[in-house]
Amino acid sequence: MKPEKQIPITDHRSPITRANSSDEFAPGASEWPAGLSRREFLRLSGATLALAGLGACTKQPLEKIVPYVEQPEVVIPGKPLRFATATQFNGFGQGLLVTGYEGRPTKIEGNPTHPASLGATSVWAQADILDLYDPDRAQTVTTGGGIKTLDDFWNALNLALESVKSAAGATLRILTEAISSPTLLAQLADVMQKFPAARWCIWDPLNRDNLNANEGLCDFSKAKVVVALDSDFLYTHPYALRYARDFSNARRTIDAGGARMNRFYAAEPTPTITGSNADHRVAVSAQDILSLTQIIASNLGIGTRPTGEVDNKDWVEAVVRDLNANRGAGVIIAGETQPPEVHALVSQINMKLGNNGVTISPVPPLALPANRIGFRKLVDEMRGGTVELLIVLGGNPRYDAPADFDFAAASEKVKLRVHHSVYFNETSRHSHWHIPALHFLESWSDTRAFDGSVSIVQPLIEPMYAGTSAHEILEALTGQSPRTSYEIVHTRWQTENPVPDFEAKWRRALSDGIVRELAAPSFPNHGESPALAASVSPPAEVQRTEVRRSRLELLFRPDVSVRDGRYANNGWLQELPRQFSKLVWDNAALISPQLAKREELENGAIVDLTFRDRTIQAPVWIQPGQAENSVTMPLGYGREVAGRVGRNVGFNAYALRTADAFWSGDGLTIRKNGARHSFVSTQQHHDVHGPRGILHDGTFEEFVSNPHFAQEKENHPSIGETLYNPKEYPYKGYKWGMVVDLNVCIGCHACTIACQAENNIPVVGKQQVAVHREMHWIRVDTYYSGAADDPEFTHQPVPCMHCENAPCELVCPVGATVHDDEGLNLQVYNRCVGTRYCSNNCPYKVRRFNFLEYNNGLSPTEKLVKNPDVTVRSRGVMEKCTYCIQRINAARINAELEKRTIGDGDIVPACAQVCPVEAIVFGNMNDTRSRVAQLKRSPLNYWMLGELNTRPRTSYFAKLRNRNAALVRSD
Amino acid sequence: MNTPDQSPLTSHESPSYSPLGYPTNLLAPGQTYETVNKTIAEIPLSHAPMSWRFGFFVAFLLLMMFLVAITWLFAKGVGIWGVNIPVAWGFAIVNFVWWVGIAHAGTFISAILLLLFQHWRTAINRFTEAMTLFAVACAGLMPLLHLGRPWVFYWLFPYPDTMGVWPQFRSPLVWDVFAVGTYFTISLLFWYLGLVPDLATVRDRARKLWQKKVYGFFALGWRNSASHWQRHQVAYLLLAGLATPLVLSVHSVVSFDFSVAIVPGWHSTIFPPYFVAGAIYSGFAMSLNIVIPVRKIYHLEHLITERYLNNMANIMLATGMIVAYGYFIEAFMAWYSGDIFERYMMMNRAFGPYGWVFWTLMLFNVLVPQALWSARIRRNTVALFIVALFINAGMWIERFVIVITSLNRDFTPSAWHMFSPTRWDWMTLFGSVGLFLTLQFLFIRLVPMISISETRELVAEREKATIK
Repeated sequence: MKPEKQIPITDHRSPITRANSSDEFAPGASEWPAGLSRREFLRLSGATLALAGLGACTKQPLEKIVPYVEQPEVVIPGKPLRFATATQFNGFGQGLLVTGYEGRPTKIEGNPTHPASLGATSVWAQADILDLYDPDRAQTVTTGGGIKTLDDFWNALNLALESVKSAAGATLRILTEAISSPTLLAQLADVMQKFPAARWCIWDPLNRDNLNANEGLCDFSKAKVVVALDSDFLYTHPYALRYARDFSNARRTIDAGGARMNRFYAAEPTPTITGSNADHRVAVSAQDILSLTQIIASNLGIGTRPTGEVDNKDWVEAVVRDLNANRGAGVIIAGETQPPEVHALVSQINMKLGNNGVTISPVPPLALPANRIGFRKLVDEMRGGTVELLIVLGGNPRYDAPADFDFAAASEKVKLRVHHSVYFNETSRHSHWHIPALHFLESWSDTRAFDGSVSIVQPLIEPMYAGTSAHEILEALTGQSPRTSYEIVHTRWQTENPVPDFEAKWRRALSDGIVRELAAPSFPNHGESPALAASVSPPAEVQRTEVRRSRLELLFRPDVSVRDGRYANNGWLQELPRQFSKLVWDNAALISPQLAKREELENGAIVDLTFRDRTIQAPVWIQPGQAENSVTMPLGYGREVAGRVGRNVGFNAYALRTADAFWSGDGLTIRKNGARHSFVSTQQHHDVHGPRGILHDGTFEEFVSNPHFAQEKENHPSIGETLYNPKEYPYKGYKWGMVVDLNVCIGCHACTIACQAENNIPVVGKQQVAVHREMHWIRVDTYYSGAADDPEFTHQPVPCMHCENAPCELVCPVGATVHDDEGLNLQVYNRCVGTRYCSNNCPYKVRRFNFLEYNNGLSPTEKLVKNPDVTVRSRGVMEKCTYCIQRINAARINAELEKRTIGDGDIVPACAQVCPVEAIVFGNMNDTRSRVAQLKRSPLNYWMLGELNTRPRTSYFAKLRNRNAALVRSD
Repeated sequence: MNTPDQSPLTSHESPSYSPLGYPTNLLAPGQTYETVNKTIAEIPLSHAPMSWRFGFFVAFLLLMMFLVAITWLFAKGVGIWGVNIPVAWGFAIVNFVWWVGIAHAGTFISAILLLLFQHWRTAINRFTEAMTLFAVACAGLMPLLHLGRPWVFYWLFPYPDTMGVWPQFRSPLVWDVFAVGTYFTISLLFWYLGLVPDLATVRDRARKLWQKKVYGFFALGWRNSASHWQRHQVAYLLLAGLATPLVLSVHSVVSFDFSVAIVPGWHSTIFPPYFVAGAIYSGFAMSLNIVIPVRKIYHLEHLITERYLNNMANIMLATGMIVAYGYFIEAFMAWYSGDIFERYMMMNRAFGPYGWVFWTLMLFNVLVPQALWSARIRRNTVALFIVALFINAGMWIERFVIVITSLNRDFTPSAWHMFSPTRWDWMTLFGSVGLFLTLQFLFIRLVPMISISETRELVAEREKATIK
């Protein structure tokens, strides 16, 4: 095609035509031709454009793409961005860093600068991301089952407020969950000011009211002796992540340089993560903890009169001796499930021992707006018919209120009930209006951590559904012009901090995830201190009679997965094995082996549990380590109005929970009714079955006298004993390895769920887990040793070992699992044909197989949670832990761009990142200064099943127990 | 063919038993070339008896069930079975090993007995060769069904891939592909080569044109000339020579699937001989289970004499003893090794949750076959049939014990889980039996089921002896 034919400018002596006709590089061709008029220039450019258009005549795919109208700052497609925000746990803030791809959050991590996180997260924070994309979330404003708009609601609310105003708000009641958001509290104070006769109330089924003013902030890093009385400070405590970190640092014998290890005593009625890590644990019924505390107190010279006897005299003596010997270096802590008397005594003991100010400091009090009433009072008022407008912000009181309050009947008397929550739940169904709440990743707010540090909650994504935030609802109550959550929060902070460089400080606070330079919004009309919390009622007098011992005690505990029921619709949490029973998709009434024997019960037997004249049926699970006469009822199940995941899973323990037996109560009767329930548990054998080289443990003394005691139990073939050339694979570059420190691992399972979130691991459902097809790449095994009624627990996280002599690689017929030059055992999904031979030959059984298509039927929102850097596996292929190879490669790319080698700590696998106790360390074993290389040189380092000569890259630290010689059993 | 002098074919006398009670007749008295031709060649040329029709119907129903099971399997994935982690291999592999084992009798009878001049192979070699083919076909299907992604099964073959990717030759599963593939090919050739003269006989006796054409096509223009016979015999012997090592190698290689792995209960050097013995054991049992009813239905007692059945029973007894010894040595070595995993495996096998399966195995495979010491049982076709059924079931159970009870509790107790088969597992097992039987019925219907030419040789031998 000759341009001269098509373009009517060939006659002109333009550089282009000259170049075409004769010399391409004619002298002066690069010079701007003199005499080229504006008109000619335009004609030339027009021709150029036309030609360019002709040249681009390929057919484009018919696909609508919506480009950014304005390119957002810093967004590079394919590159994740991380934003600091915070979540609420039990009403307290936990700092987070959330990873998002092009405005789509995919992974939640802890914020290293936040004191309540230090980079770690709990299982719940990990699972929050799944809730965000849950298709079962409430999506529209509804009233009486019909869909309405938010404006309809504002109109209805304003109408209702007209009548409320006339009585100064005497008929208005606001019910919230445990909250700590400074802005929200300040807004609440405004509402209370505007309606002086209005009242508000906090209801949280897992409240900490028993602690009142006795709440203390412990510093476990300085504690040499720790005594926990029915306290789960390592797992369910609002400051658990930090506590776990400090506690584990005081146990880390090797790191401490010189032998040093704290000693931990625990007394608890039902095994918890905390108790399972004790050096000396005793199973004591919840009601005996008071006597136990009194005896300890009186032995320490505090004038109390023990009200009962306990069997654990040796344990008490040992505790008292150790506490006395470590004055100012001990912590005694009781759980929120214990009555205020226990907490008062614990406070006195800590003071007496001089721990206060050293290992224990006061928690900064949280100021609450005035006009707060207790939950019992609220329900009474509702029943009395004096409440006309009830606004419930979050929570699910219809489901979780004490059974004797009969919240359902009381709420029927309220003229207009408004419920604001993320999910449409039992309370929503019985409210006149349900307003979808925004997920914390969708809306602005602020929150306050257990230690008083405040974080701004910033969203990462536009609200997905037509919801609103609690801030906007309270704003509407004060009758101001509607503003967005951002404006509300931002203005409050700005008003509170009239400083010229507010914006810079605000931005710094956002970027850090913690506010350091600004004062949190405050309000003048403080109510009483949290001491008044008394949500339920003053605790009933503990009835102590001689016959009590023969009677059974019932314990109500938050479920280790779904807590009070708020996570019931979260598949990750439902499928997360419960820490001891390893049950999934269920709760069980936990009973002791002794009780099971007495009542002739076996796992899954359904019993009638009668308590305070109420009866429910529940299946039992025999839990070694359970106090003999205590029956634990995990709360949060039996949800009737949850999503598709959580509906009718397990039984509802709230049906037996009354105000006078809020956490525990005696007088339970248990009767076998003959029916059976089929439980699904992922670990059915908790016994190591002899010296199999799976676990090595010993005592601290053993370690001091012979640091290599664990390795001496090992029986490795030497590296030279092979027919092959042992130097064939030298691993000259990077040599990846991992160490899992069993000595500090508390068994919280956070690694399992972090891995699930990072690596797109599907939820397979109860039926599939029942046939042992759970997909978790890292599981946490729990082994019991010793007697069934008083066992010791060892937790062992098991990811892929990345063996140098990997048995799986040898047997794959198509080479779908191979070794790379950095020692990673790779799984090539595309090549896998699914013979499953590799799994058979894996002695650790860490491989997972897609027996069916587990990723089918995902809703469009559920697909959003998938990590774009990790393949979503289809049916028929094997998968397993990759050491988070996508993170390795991201670090490699960064390092190569910066022309350096990957440094220690550049790669943190998801499991290691989430771990509150930093038990999992990953790195380059060839770098002698790396943390992993240093740990591998430790005498505690051992290989699981090393005898098989698999030469695993994942190794373990033997578990040490710091025994008190006086308590060492004769066996 | 050469014949040893002390040929027992000569015995005319009516109590045709040796002093030890063994039947000695390979051919009933009074058989001529024509009776042999007529008896055998007329079966494919005439209408099928009712019992055949009924049997075929039942087998075909089972085959249809197999189709349903496979269709659903391909639609949903192997998750419809009971397989799990740790028991990632289930019925498909059990069935595979079982069918491969059954496939052993054919070649053993045809090739090894041929090379050893054992004349008691004549009337049963065709059957058992066909059985071998069909059993290998069933066996070959199993690994394919077993795959998580069966549509890429061909990645196990070394084909020139543009990506330059080859199978991973260290894996016993690749060896399996070669071993089973070779075995099938050689068995097919051997069977077909033996068939050629007989197909010519059927062609010559056929009355309908289409029958003449079809059988004529497959008879490859056989004219019964001396040079045909000379080449045929050379090729037949050569193939027998090729097939003989295969009898030993196929199941040895299959046993490597287990012994190469490190799983306690699999990782054992005794597996190859023990598997081969077991294979021949079950192969003969299956042969008896087929031969006994067919002999009755088609009135072939004068061709398939008691002597055949007796000898087969003897082989079963011998191989059964080897297998029993294998069981014993496995248990002994588990104890003697002092290895905690091996010892636990053995205890678990015998007294664990699958203990009852193990003891059933002992009953079926060790105890019941002891009845074969009795000549009365060996001569009683019903009893022999029942014992063979026990052995067939027992050998399937043996593979179940090896595959499943070893996997369900291996090294790491936290991962221990039970395996329970689903209905789809059972449908696959019985469906594959349906496939096998359907093919077997078609074979009986369409092809001379006893070697006509070799039986005629027996007649010739006898005549020669009479003349002497």
